[in-house]
Amino acid sequence: MSAVLEIEGLRKTYKSRRQGVRHALDGFDMRVEQGQVHGFLGPNGSGKTTTLRTLLGLIRPNGGRMAILGQEVPAALPAVVGQVGAIVESPQFFPHFTARDTLSLLAGAGEVPQIRVDEVLELVGLRDRAGERVKTYSLGMKQRLAVASALLKNPKLLILDEPANGLDPGGIREMRTLTRDLAASGMTVLLSSHILGEIQLICDSVTIISLGRRVAFGPVDQVLAEHSGGAVRVRLEAVTDLPAAADALSRAGVAVTAHPDHLMLAGVEKPAQVSRILAGQGLYVSELAPVTVDLESVFLELTSTAPVPGQHRQVDQSTRVGDAGQSGAVGGGWGA
Amino acid sequence: MSLYRTELRRLGKRRFARWATVLGLLVLGAVLVGVFFTNQKIGPEQQAAAQRQAEQEYQQQVRWAEQERKACEQAKASGQDQQQEGRFPPDCEMITPPPPESIEARWFLPSTFDFRASFEEMIVTFTAILALLGFVIGASFVGAEWSSGGMMNLLLWRPQRLTVLLTKLAALLTGLVAVTLAAATLWTAGFWIVGTLRGTTEKMTSGAWQSFALTGLRGLVLIMVAATIGFALASLGRHTAMALGGAIGAVVVGQFGLGIVMSMAGARFVEAWLLPTYGLAWMTKKVTLEDWNACNATYYGECKPATFDLTWQHASILFSVVLVLALGSALVTMRRRDVA
Repeated sequence: MSAVLEIEGLRKTYKSRRQGVRHALDGFDMRVEQGQVHGFLGPNGSGKTTTLRTLLGLIRPNGGRMAILGQEVPAALPAVVGQVGAIVESPQFFPHFTARDTLSLLAGAGEVPQIRVDEVLELVGLRDRAGERVKTYSLGMKQRLAVASALLKNPKLLILDEPANGLDPGGIREMRTLTRDLAASGMTVLLSSHILGEIQLICDSVTIISLGRRVAFGPVDQVLAEHSGGAVRVRLEAVTDLPAAADALSRAGVAVTAHPDHLMLAGVEKPAQVSRILAGQGLYVSELAPVTVDLESVFLELTSTAPVPGQHRQVDQSTRVGDAGQSGAVGGGWGA
Repeated sequence: MSLYRTELRRLGKRRFARWATVLGLLVLGAVLVGVFFTNQKIGPEQQAAAQRQAEQEYQQQVRWAEQERKACEQAKASGQDQQQEGRFPPDCEMITPPPPESIEARWFLPSTFDFRASFEEMIVTFTAILALLGFVIGASFVGAEWSSGGMMNLLLWRPQRLTVLLTKLAALLTGLVAVTLAAATLWTAGFWIVGTLRGTTEKMTSGAWQSFALTGLRGLVLIMVAATIGFALASLGRHTAMALGGAIGAVVVGQFGLGIVMSMAGARFVEAWLLPTYGLAWMTKKVTLEDWNACNATYYGECKPATFDLTWQHASILFSVVLVLALGSALVTMRRRDVA
């Protein structure tokens, strides 16, 4: 499978006389394969939007390499931009133009046939409100308009930064369906979102960024499996057998946590091995269930951004690669 | 080319540009109507009335001189002229009415619009109004794009920053040239009608028309320069308010403040520090400033003020420097700064 988007070692540094140097992107890597829906996750201030802006030529990087559709950017951006549709951060449009005018002017600037304007308005559900000024739109409607503007070019790569922001539940579902349909039609979609349930539902693969560096990447299932920790829940027919079972498993090298009615095991590569050990001791399992993790818990673990009672986590208070698990260990803000 | 056409469309759709243009044209219309109603055509009837009024004025002067002469003689006879020292001359016979020819009938003619003599001033007025309009529209055209996020959207479609900015400027100037030429045509036609109905259009030779055309051309250049500076300042600050605030700051600090400081410091030719003087010098080719605190004695014993000529060349240097600085800075900033 060929890569539609490649980023290697991307760096962006902001310098301030008062606050020193901040590395918004600190050697960030990313790869998005053709035809995939790729989730791009990260806490606030982790560098997601900086990455997208840099990729699209709005911000100059301090180092690294980027390529879209096999062409190096930003040098080849004018050549490939016709195949890239993007919305970056919150939708921003001139408030006194109508949605149709807004799209028509963009189509004119990008040499896209005007007939496409009505097609995308229909697609995002704004057909009947297209003649109204953007300033009268709700956030969700502006979001739809932003998606319409990104789709106007019928791009090969679609970059959506928080597309579900402000959408009602119906709109979120429509956006999910739309994204899937677009991917099914061969379009590659890069989706940045904080709605991790959506990402898990829609995306084939993900990249998680924290403090400007990639902390996890790959197919969603693989990322979840890598971070489930091989946890297994065991119940026995007789609760009174739990201490004996815990003892047997501990002697076999399995990490065991005892609970009143079950045992939690960690680091189990093959659950069948648990069943074999216990049967050898005359103990019979009534439940042997690998514990699945969701993307949200993986995200919170990898970025160390899980809320801690009594603490107020600050933006940029997150984790560095290799520091996972040390919640709040690194303040990634301005520093020397 | 598609970007250029799109930007022209965008300019036409901008509500502020439309309303500002309408407002500017209304102001021009008000000036035209005002000139129309404050002028009259001079015919035999007006000439005769002026003649009568001059005669009445002369008669009044004669009566007044006679009264004063009598008062003078009475004062001298009663010795009161000692107390009113300076009121009367030593010899009362010196009090005589002015000669009849010194009171000219033309003084009493109503105001009339002489197209050849007055239209150049009207071109200057036209230029001043449209230059202000150009500055504001230029600033708004790009400033609102920056502040609303429209510029960022456009750059996602056309990631050539300088091309985008210069194309926007080209579209702005094209639109302004179109409006200026159309308005100038109406302005000229309007004042031709004013001249025809409320004055005279005589002595309009081809040379006079050529002179007006050249003044108009300089006016067009000034309007374009003002629009470009407004555009550049707003792009530099990424907000319309940057240009408008800069302009207000320049007027308050650079013009009023500087003028007051220079006056207090006793500087010669204070007007040479004021921007409108250069605008006028550009339009009229030369402005002669006078220093009334200086005396240049002539061979005939007269005291003439010192003068300083500001020419259109001086003005062109100033405007070129400001234009290059503003536009150059805007282009460099556009090229280098992140769009966030």
